[in-house]
Amino acid sequence: MESILEVRNLVKRFGGLVAVSDVSFRVQRGQIKAIIGPNGAGKTTIFNLITGVDSPTAGEIRFKNSEINGLKPHEIAAKGISRTFQNVQLFDNMTVLENVMVGRHPRTVSGLLSSALRLPRTKSEERAIHTAAMERLNFVGLDSSSQDLAVNLPFGQQRLLELARALATDPELLLLDEPAAGLNSFEAGLLADLILKIREHGTTILLVEHDMELVMDISDEIVVLNYGKKIAEGTPVEVQNDQQVINAYLGEGP
Amino acid sequence: MGAKNRISLGVLVGGLVLLPLFMRNPYYIGVMVFIGLYSLITIGLSLLMGYAGQISLGHAAFFATGAYTSGILTTKAGFAPVPAFFTAILLTACVAFLIGIPTLRLKGHYLAMATLGFGQIVYIILNASVEFTGGPSGFGEIPRIQLGSILIESQISRYCLVWSLVILVLIFSLNLINSRVGRALRSIHGSELAANAMGVNTSKHKIQVFVLSAIYASMAGSLYAHFVTFISPSSFDLKFSILVVTMVVVGGMSSVWGALVGTFLLGLLPELLRNFRDYDILVYGFVLLLIMVFTPEGLIGLIDRLKGAQEKRSLKAQAKLS
Repeated sequence: MESILEVRNLVKRFGGLVAVSDVSFRVQRGQIKAIIGPNGAGKTTIFNLITGVDSPTAGEIRFKNSEINGLKPHEIAAKGISRTFQNVQLFDNMTVLENVMVGRHPRTVSGLLSSALRLPRTKSEERAIHTAAMERLNFVGLDSSSQDLAVNLPFGQQRLLELARALATDPELLLLDEPAAGLNSFEAGLLADLILKIREHGTTILLVEHDMELVMDISDEIVVLNYGKKIAEGTPVEVQNDQQVINAYLGEGP
Repeated sequence: MGAKNRISLGVLVGGLVLLPLFMRNPYYIGVMVFIGLYSLITIGLSLLMGYAGQISLGHAAFFATGAYTSGILTTKAGFAPVPAFFTAILLTACVAFLIGIPTLRLKGHYLAMATLGFGQIVYIILNASVEFTGGPSGFGEIPRIQLGSILIESQISRYCLVWSLVILVLIFSLNLINSRVGRALRSIHGSELAANAMGVNTSKHKIQVFVLSAIYASMAGSLYAHFVTFISPSSFDLKFSILVVTMVVVGGMSSVWGALVGTFLLGLLPELLRNFRDYDILVYGFVLLLIMVFTPEGLIGLIDRLKGAQEKRSLKAQAKLS
């Protein structure tokens, strides 16, 4: 199988703190892969490195066989990697629909002048953006709230809105940072169905998650981090039976 | 542009057309001319502050660049006012671009301080380079604008020119807000982190809107120079930069309409406060204080809130009926 993302010997230091220490893994195209580990294991840092928010101290990140470390976040988004955030980062000042319309940004071209002068091609592009955004809202089931301000949505729906917005960029690789955090078990179940549906549409998914039931349910493979180091990698069954993983989560036995 | 904006625009244009029919006193038309000049600047600032979430305390400098470029080119280089107007735009845009690249990397208070510093530098240059600008005493005899056979000299012709330009700038800006680029700008205000992750080149868009707002200020400056025919640095000091920012904040940063409301209020207030004589500045300050305490989201926010309350009441009334 072709690997869509390859992380090689990744290191990130913040001053004296080593947040990520020599981590390597691959994500195969069409896979759902999870990164798990106790708090402070470096999971979100890895996401920030992949999406260009932080730059790695050492190591290499390759997306579709080309190196992406050093690129700016918006360039990485344009290449086909999108993400959601652990602490929901919506555009509170905009409507639900407009939030998703922003997601079409890297797939559209209208500039300042043609936008302000309402040139015909801008108008037709605007209609296309609207249609595409409504499709994504429909997909996550938020189409009826399209005109509400994003800030007024209940928390669970805000997570879905972030998902719709990320999908609007037509990502080939979607990074989900604790998508189930703050959701009740019913909502988490709906989320799991959505994630599986997204994968069916051909999008590869890499997620960080604490909800173990969700992770074990939907992941094809799991990477386990502890103190910035990779301690295990494999299928959910393999990982659950790994002694190092059990120690990291439950503490070492007598 | 949305139905709401079209209606507001229609009301504004209607009011502007009717106003001179009822208000024959050229003095008040003159006040409206100045409100128009201020509006050009505050619409741009509203895009920068309210939509892109960036502040500038140095917009007097762009107003000055427009005024001085137009003034110097027409008095010393033999330019006609119209080509000078466009040259001034080009020059101001270049200055704003060069200043924007380093300063827009800053955020919040730091950005405010950097733009304030830039405004002061321009102010000092205007005072110091005496052979070009006439120094602190400025220079006069700037020719009036000639459009075809019409010489823009009377208050009413200035009124028509400046408000036509305001309406064009307003339509341009409203179109921009409700477009791909406008949404990108607003997303920066909402969450720069998420905007970047959605592929928005935030630094590019910030500079674009900064340059655009500088261009609007330059237009106002050029017109100002040809209207009053005499310019000196004292019109372009820090007080001016603060005044235009205050207009935007008082009116409300949530829309460009807020900027217009604020500009009208602070433009008319000194006229309305004439009866208070020496105490006018006290009352002026008190009015500002009241607005900021009771409607921190600006006057436009107050209007929205009243509308919301009314809708709630009518919903309740309907519920009672059924």
